[in-house]
Amino acid sequence: MSTATTGAPDQPAKTASGNLMEVRDLQVHFGLHGSFRSRITGAGGVVKAVDGVTFDLRQGEVLGLVGESGSGKTTLGRSLLGLVRPTGGSVKLRDRELVGLPERALRPLRRHLQMVFQDPHASMNPAMTLETALAHPLQIHGITKTAAETRKRVLETLDLVGLSPAEDFAVRYPKDLSGGQKQRAAIARAIIVGPELIVADEPVSMLDMSVRAKILELMLDLKRRLGLTYVYVTHDLASAKFFCDRVAIMYLGRIVEIGSVDQIFDAPKHPYTQALIRAIPEPDPTKAVPRDLPRGEIPDAANPPLGCSFHPRCPKAFAGCGWESRDLRVLLEQRWVEAGEAVYNEERPLVGKLDALDTPATTAVLPTGSGKDSGELLAMLERIREAQPDEPFWTGVESMTVQTHGVEVKFHDGTDPHLYPAGGSSAACLLYQS
Amino acid sequence: MSDVVLSVRGLRIWYGTNRGAVRAVDGVNLDLKAGETVGLVGESGCGKSTLGRGVLGLLPEGSSAVGEVNFGGRNLLTISNRELRKLRGPSLGMIFQEPMTRLNPLLKISGHFEEVLKIHEPSIGKKETRRRALEALRGMGIPPTRYDQYPHEFSGGMRQRIMIALALVLRPAVVVADEPTTALDVLVEAQIIRILADLRANFDTALLLITHNLGIVAEACDRVAVMYAGRVVENGPAFDVTSNPVHPYSRELLKSTISLSTTALHSIPGAPPDLVSPPPACRFHPRCPDAMKICAAQWPPNVDVGGDRRSECWESARGDIPTGQDAPLEREALATSEEA
Repeated sequence: MSTATTGAPDQPAKTASGNLMEVRDLQVHFGLHGSFRSRITGAGGVVKAVDGVTFDLRQGEVLGLVGESGSGKTTLGRSLLGLVRPTGGSVKLRDRELVGLPERALRPLRRHLQMVFQDPHASMNPAMTLETALAHPLQIHGITKTAAETRKRVLETLDLVGLSPAEDFAVRYPKDLSGGQKQRAAIARAIIVGPELIVADEPVSMLDMSVRAKILELMLDLKRRLGLTYVYVTHDLASAKFFCDRVAIMYLGRIVEIGSVDQIFDAPKHPYTQALIRAIPEPDPTKAVPRDLPRGEIPDAANPPLGCSFHPRCPKAFAGCGWESRDLRVLLEQRWVEAGEAVYNEERPLVGKLDALDTPATTAVLPTGSGKDSGELLAMLERIREAQPDEPFWTGVESMTVQTHGVEVKFHDGTDPHLYPAGGSSAACLLYQS
Repeated sequence: MSDVVLSVRGLRIWYGTNRGAVRAVDGVNLDLKAGETVGLVGESGCGKSTLGRGVLGLLPEGSSAVGEVNFGGRNLLTISNRELRKLRGPSLGMIFQEPMTRLNPLLKISGHFEEVLKIHEPSIGKKETRRRALEALRGMGIPPTRYDQYPHEFSGGMRQRIMIALALVLRPAVVVADEPTTALDVLVEAQIIRILADLRANFDTALLLITHNLGIVAEACDRVAVMYAGRVVENGPAFDVTSNPVHPYSRELLKSTISLSTTALHSIPGAPPDLVSPPPACRFHPRCPDAMKICAAQWPPNVDVGGDRRSECWESARGDIPTGQDAPLEREALATSEEA
């Protein structure tokens, strides 16, 4: 097939390492500019959508970027192609630095780097026939010289993705296609320029169960025939397990674990990965989802937890994981949910405004309720601590002392974990810090 | 049976379009018992959401429904809108798919509960309203300290739990949940599924759980109804259907689900039919690997296959097939172009 072999004149030379792409400390930060004032002063927070990500993409592999919504997986996928501008770090395509390149210089490189989007109903232009839609990339990159050549290439590619008879499909509009057929057309549009890397962002999540397998099969088939490398962005661990060679688990802008599919699924190292794998409901009725899953949800990326981002939800967290004031608020609220009405009515008046805990700090003052004694509040905290011997939160409390207007709670200092080697894979968890 | 709270008989629902009538639900029988969770599964476009809304009389303009939806001795399809509105809330509840857009952004959580309780139980005072609301929220793991906050201050999973609390605060006899976890992440989904599964123990609510995820059915449902092209093709205890499906469509759907134990991909050839002009006789026969001659000629019987299960398939009624009609159906090979 010609799409596989036609080498471009500006094709970068292969490196000895066998890596197609090397990503080092990549950052994508978005400024939060709510008010007019913060816009002109540049004040306001920053969302670290991708916060220092490092990995190698090997030639010919399928790398899965797996995470929940808000984990930064889509932003990371897009930033590899320069569709989102990284704010720091490096992405090297075979020794060629992509970060900081102007759009003019990036555009010819996109011949090698293509993307398949999540929603096939939105990613195809409704006013273009498939022939027009597929011919555009060829014309933009100057790949074909004559109209006849373009048409030949379009028909070949339609056949390649299984849209045959190609002549019949070439004149159709997206509205004449089913969801699976549209996604085939979107894949055709990506491979027609002969790329090396395709970033596929949830390519099957909008499709029905009975169709997903066919699209994944097509992608695997194309990979073999055209020698493609895939970055597969998904929230679906089950399809990642089947489809990928290596998987990177993302949480709040970081890779928290990366390793081969076998390592990740057979012996997950990071507590977050372990929880994710256990939480998937299986159609097999003899396998039930365990009940001791992490509480809470993915935190606000504009205001991430101190220390390890996962510590507030982690069942294995300990003293050095970064406990702080906001965790105390969650603990109290959680207790009042579980202990019921009577306990809430008794304990709530002892505590003042909980908002005092919302600013992250390793030394927090829990205010006493009006007309109450701080000693009583400390006694309440001690009582709660005694009742929860297994609660990881209390490992992080260094001291609690009575003050005039409240109880000062001091936490142990936390460490922000990096990726540490953990039995074949790498995990960003202090349990593996040697 | 006395403990059946809602029974659907011969329900048909059409939508008028300029291409003709879309037969979204085409002759469905379904029973919901008190304290039972029934899963309704199928691919998109099979009519499962229409059925869920039809049961509550929440169909849009331009649709029409015939048949019976019996609840409390009355047919919900024939009673007046006024009477139906009185039943919604205290007797019939609904949990929608997108928690992010279903709460009023200008109303505090307390306001949502006050409104619901004031309309349906005007006799209870402010104090009792607050107590009931906090109790419902606590059951869903929402701390009482957040009662006076606005919806935007909550995460997606918390909003969905608030929606569930709002539906349950009136203790309705029947709740329809339409894909309640589709927009949520896997860990949060597991939390919500656990809450729904616990409903059986804590309330006497009959829950119709609409989903496309067979994993959720296996996890949270007592019974399951598998829908295809407007028909319930298999109906039975969730454990039995997910471990040993009888109807070829249930079997193929289960096989094509990608799960952690998937080692080879499987898909069903072809696409779900257009419900304006569905295939004659069995609607699955063009895609069915087991199709026989009779499947394309005659409507399959709805057979009691034992163990409280029913399957709408000739395979389960082989004794009734005339001689020669059980030969494999000859078909032209399906091209990719026919595919979904």
